[in-house]
Amino acid sequence: MIVEAHNVRFNSLPLDSGSTIAPVDLAYETYGELNPARSNAILVLHAFSGDAHAAGISPETGKPGWWDNMIGPGKGFDTNKYFVICTNVLGGCRGTTGPSSINPETGCPYGLKFPVITVGDMVRLQKMLIDSLGIRRLLSVSGGSMGGMQALEWAVSYPDRVVSAIPIASTTRHSAQQIAFNEVGRQAIMADPDWNEGAYYGRRPPARGLAVARMVGHITYMSDDSMREKFGRRLREKETFSFGFDVDFEVESYLRYRGTQFVNRFDANSYLYITKAMDYFDLTSGSGSLAAALQPAQARFLVISFSSDWLYPSYQSQEMVRALRARNCDVAYVELQSNYGHDSFLVDVAEQSELVRGFLASTFDKAS
Amino acid sequence: MNAPVPKPQAFVRAVLGRSDFAIIGEIVEPKSRVLDLGCGEGELLEWLAANKDVDARGVEISGSRVQRAIARGVSVFQGDIDQGLADYPDQAFDYVILSQTLQETHHPRQVLREMLRVGRRVIVAFPNFGHWSVRLSMLLSGRAPRNRLFPYEWYDSPNIHFLTVHDFVELAAREAWTIERRYFLSGQRKITALPNLRAETAVFLVGQAGSLRADCQSAPRP
Repeated sequence: MIVEAHNVRFNSLPLDSGSTIAPVDLAYETYGELNPARSNAILVLHAFSGDAHAAGISPETGKPGWWDNMIGPGKGFDTNKYFVICTNVLGGCRGTTGPSSINPETGCPYGLKFPVITVGDMVRLQKMLIDSLGIRRLLSVSGGSMGGMQALEWAVSYPDRVVSAIPIASTTRHSAQQIAFNEVGRQAIMADPDWNEGAYYGRRPPARGLAVARMVGHITYMSDDSMREKFGRRLREKETFSFGFDVDFEVESYLRYRGTQFVNRFDANSYLYITKAMDYFDLTSGSGSLAAALQPAQARFLVISFSSDWLYPSYQSQEMVRALRARNCDVAYVELQSNYGHDSFLVDVAEQSELVRGFLASTFDKAS
Repeated sequence: MNAPVPKPQAFVRAVLGRSDFAIIGEIVEPKSRVLDLGCGEGELLEWLAANKDVDARGVEISGSRVQRAIARGVSVFQGDIDQGLADYPDQAFDYVILSQTLQETHHPRQVLREMLRVGRRVIVAFPNFGHWSVRLSMLLSGRAPRNRLFPYEWYDSPNIHFLTVHDFVELAAREAWTIERRYFLSGQRKITALPNLRAETAVFLVGQAGSLRADCQSAPRP
């Protein structure tokens, strides 16, 4: 499969907060081919720390994409049949404009001068891309976690532009618990002296704070079962306790490793901005009820949740589905059994693939 | 002339292998909105979508069945029939189908009322507890009946509300529902005489009180 990586620049992007970002760059990748009728395009939306590299092997890094098990020839999102697009979100640090990008007014990275963004802003930027590609209607918008929020935002903000939406392990708004975990992550970053009010570019980044934030994140992505299975109480390369605060347990080693790795690929300010956008996301705001908020949606929906996902629990997906049914929307829903917690949508994809494949095939048949 | 088109009834039966499905396939009008409660793997809905161009939705409690239904392209919601209808707006569907599941619900009357709220018409198929073999089995053995229609031991049967053809007709009268059509099946055969004794499966098309019977809407018969 050919991975095509692109960058596109737009003159300006108006934001929900009232400010504007100008210019704005967007990094995206595509897989498969757009058909002559331009009716087979699917926009895949990444979760909090993902990027535009969703599938295939990156020519740049040599690494597989974050949803490589779902996107490709013969896979759930079959690139022999569909044209799949994935963008890096606004506020990110992997090619799309974010707080680490150069602020044209100062010639220096934005840092905290970057305006606060929302999921609605992310989607508005994606829509500019879809317009520029000449795609009238997307066959589907799909993603897990924050990707699911963007899919929902697409379905209500641009109802005539999406035929179907597949929000996975997602929610119509963050609960207090979800906001709380994000706040712990943000506080870990801001408590690191190297953070320096966001002005650390060209100097030492707040690596310790960002690593701790990521460690907390990883705990929330797993389940008690999956951690027990993966680590248990096993010790790391030793037979007895060290009686000190070095790494004793496998799980400590894993979290430290994940934390350190994350620092190499993610910007601490992007962490702050994107988690805030997730916390602000609330489909019901301004409409009173969820059913009222979903009123404009015309898409067909496939909603998936996972039994062991305690970060985005099934009740949140069920709430979404009940509101869609109250609007008499065409909605399919299932809770898949998996032990992998919130990570299930990334790692336990056999059943998810079958669901997506069947749903997309029937949607494509109906639409064409 | 082309070869004669097979009668839909025979065709549905060949595809679905269930005589109550064959009847339902006959009843449902093309391009209607259909909700199938306890839809299993969505075989009936898939057939109705492909052959009658209906807008097909389903509710099923088993996650693995829901998965297979969605994988075959049918929009199915994983949920419980006893609670699951509350979210739907009034009169959202032309037909709400409950096939071989009424006897498994906790509150069958409430389920039927809800079905008539969300749908203009209800198609309900159930195994007839009044069938002679059930009566005979109970009379002779003095134990909870077990036969081809009711194959379960009493302690692991999913059937919790047994009813007969007469029971259903009486409930319909008490609730002032209109029974628009009724079909009685013994095996794959339709029967008419002595249904409460001879029917293994009963299929009723039920409308609200005062609603027009389906055959009143077509041209009057000579």
